[in-house]
Amino acid sequence: MLETFQNLYFGFAVALAPGVLLYAFLGCVVGTLVGVLPGVGPLAGISLLLPATFGLDATRAIVMLAGIYYGAMYGGSTTSILMRIPGEAASVMTCIDGYAMARKGRAGPALSIAAVGSYVAGTVSVVALMFLAPPLAHFALRFGPPEYFALLVLGLLVLAYMSTGSMIKALAMAVLGLLLGMVGIDQMSGYFRYHYGVVELGDGLGVVPAAVGLFGLSEIMLTAGQAVRPDVIRPRLRELLPSRQEWRESAGPIGRGTTLGFLIGIIPGSAHIISSFVSYAVERRWSRRPEEFGKGAVAGLAGPESANNSATSGAFVPMLALGVPSGPIPAVMLAAMMVHGVSPGPLLIRQQPELFWGFIASMYVGNVVLLVLNLPLVGLFVNLLRIPYHFLYPAILVFSIVGVYAVNNSVVDVWIMLGMALVGYGLRKLDFETAPIVLGLVLAPIIEMSLRQSLAMSDGQYAIFLTRPIAATLLAVGAALMLLSLRPLLTRSLDWRARLTLAEKGE
Amino acid sequence: MLTADRLAGGVLVALALGVLVESRALPIGSLRNPGPAFVPAVLALLLLGFGILLIARRGPVVRAADAGWSDWRHAVAILAACAFAALALERLGYRLTILIVMVFLLALVERRGVLATSLFAVALAFGSYYLFGTILRVPLPLGPLGF
Repeated sequence: MLETFQNLYFGFAVALAPGVLLYAFLGCVVGTLVGVLPGVGPLAGISLLLPATFGLDATRAIVMLAGIYYGAMYGGSTTSILMRIPGEAASVMTCIDGYAMARKGRAGPALSIAAVGSYVAGTVSVVALMFLAPPLAHFALRFGPPEYFALLVLGLLVLAYMSTGSMIKALAMAVLGLLLGMVGIDQMSGYFRYHYGVVELGDGLGVVPAAVGLFGLSEIMLTAGQAVRPDVIRPRLRELLPSRQEWRESAGPIGRGTTLGFLIGIIPGSAHIISSFVSYAVERRWSRRPEEFGKGAVAGLAGPESANNSATSGAFVPMLALGVPSGPIPAVMLAAMMVHGVSPGPLLIRQQPELFWGFIASMYVGNVVLLVLNLPLVGLFVNLLRIPYHFLYPAILVFSIVGVYAVNNSVVDVWIMLGMALVGYGLRKLDFETAPIVLGLVLAPIIEMSLRQSLAMSDGQYAIFLTRPIAATLLAVGAALMLLSLRPLLTRSLDWRARLTLAEKGE
Repeated sequence: MLTADRLAGGVLVALALGVLVESRALPIGSLRNPGPAFVPAVLALLLLGFGILLIARRGPVVRAADAGWSDWRHAVAILAACAFAALALERLGYRLTILIVMVFLLALVERRGVLATSLFAVALAFGSYYLFGTILRVPLPLGPLGF
């Protein structure tokens, strides 16, 4: 315990250095803008802005990217409350009661409750991350290739189980991502696979062009044709403070949302979306006045908003401690860290303590920056939403092209982005989730390598995955999940995934 | 009837078969000692299975044609702009390429006026170059005219 606080003190010394603080601040501002703009979620935002960090050292770059990440999570709530448009998918539940509060003339208090809830959730969950990641990393030192293989398989199965909609579709998308990850030079044999004469494919399909294509460009393709943007409700700055009654009603949901969000964030999958949905469901069930939900219930706003921000920190636990991303956003963060020569995993905390603890401390600082920043500047962010979309989307397109090109100074990456945008557009039209593709793409080389190393270790015996206790346990959990997913077929009832899909479609 | 699931399933099956055919050029190894084509082949078989399941399953029936393809013109225009950028970026240079892309999108696709298009296109092409190329020192290509 004492050691943790000493390390945190060390982290604050790093995070409060003017250079690092400036980039944390910049990251938060840009992240909030990214979260506010429809069509640019945190995933595309991080991918697009990755080249902007190339000139920075690893600590500043990671601190800035993390700022963009949780800034985007904050920013998404503004459009949800004022326009009923979720800036990013996790804010879907915030739309329901947040927008209803705004319609009742309580836009200011709704924004304040969302900001304070996000701040509390963000801060508390960083404390949990701080205490949980180091022991988990220590435990992960026992992991060999079979354990990593089992963990990654479990991760993909959980991702598919936790995804909204059909599990078959989610699994198909994860397999598609894994297949795309097979392009490039095979690390064990040196064979160049599926390159069709394009030398630049030696390192495989880049995560950044794939993510920007699948999430950024395909979103623009889907939304650019929409004719009319809905009205924006303008809050009055002097009416920002919630009433005493509203504070009282939000305290419990913020606490519960924080706990739920962090726990769900650790689990692979679309943690933000799921955590906010689960939090909303819990609050409605626990409420003495469930009939108010959907009509401006404070708990329906405070719980989900806290949960999705808490999940942001939770998602960092497996990424920092195990080097295993729990979803597409941590996967892009992982790729960004690798670009800067940082390899997250069990040895990160020992080998680069200044980066790990500086990152943790900067998350505390970032939460304060966001709280201070978001409320006074809400008018500015709202004005940004007034830029006509026919001017906004060409600008986003230009940033996409620059961002993708700059990673490797290669137009091949722009072509990959274009191809993935087409794939993303088609898949989303056909009601497929594209997030598992990105995760599969990132995990493919690790999963293949750990499988082949495991077989080399065991002289080709597949029993190695069952004779090692950790690997066997992880695979057993995966098998149990598969069985659980079959339950709705037997009971013919709507499981939580089907209910979440209905909620997302506004039914 | 061509449902969304059947269309997607068909594409996945075709893709899986394509990967299986392409993988023949690589050594597959054995179960005990997998070669570079082993994991791709296993994944392709899994994808083939999921594709067939999607085609065969009795889920909610959504016709592929009902997916709302009315925005296809914008989608094609954006892809065309992006493809042009990929072709021209290293030939014409960053600023000229972005200028042309902006004029195409704003004047031809969005039907904005000459003044608005010109101002916005010039501001974005040169402003974004200044931001990324000059301030953030991202190496962006110069064209034959030196800009």
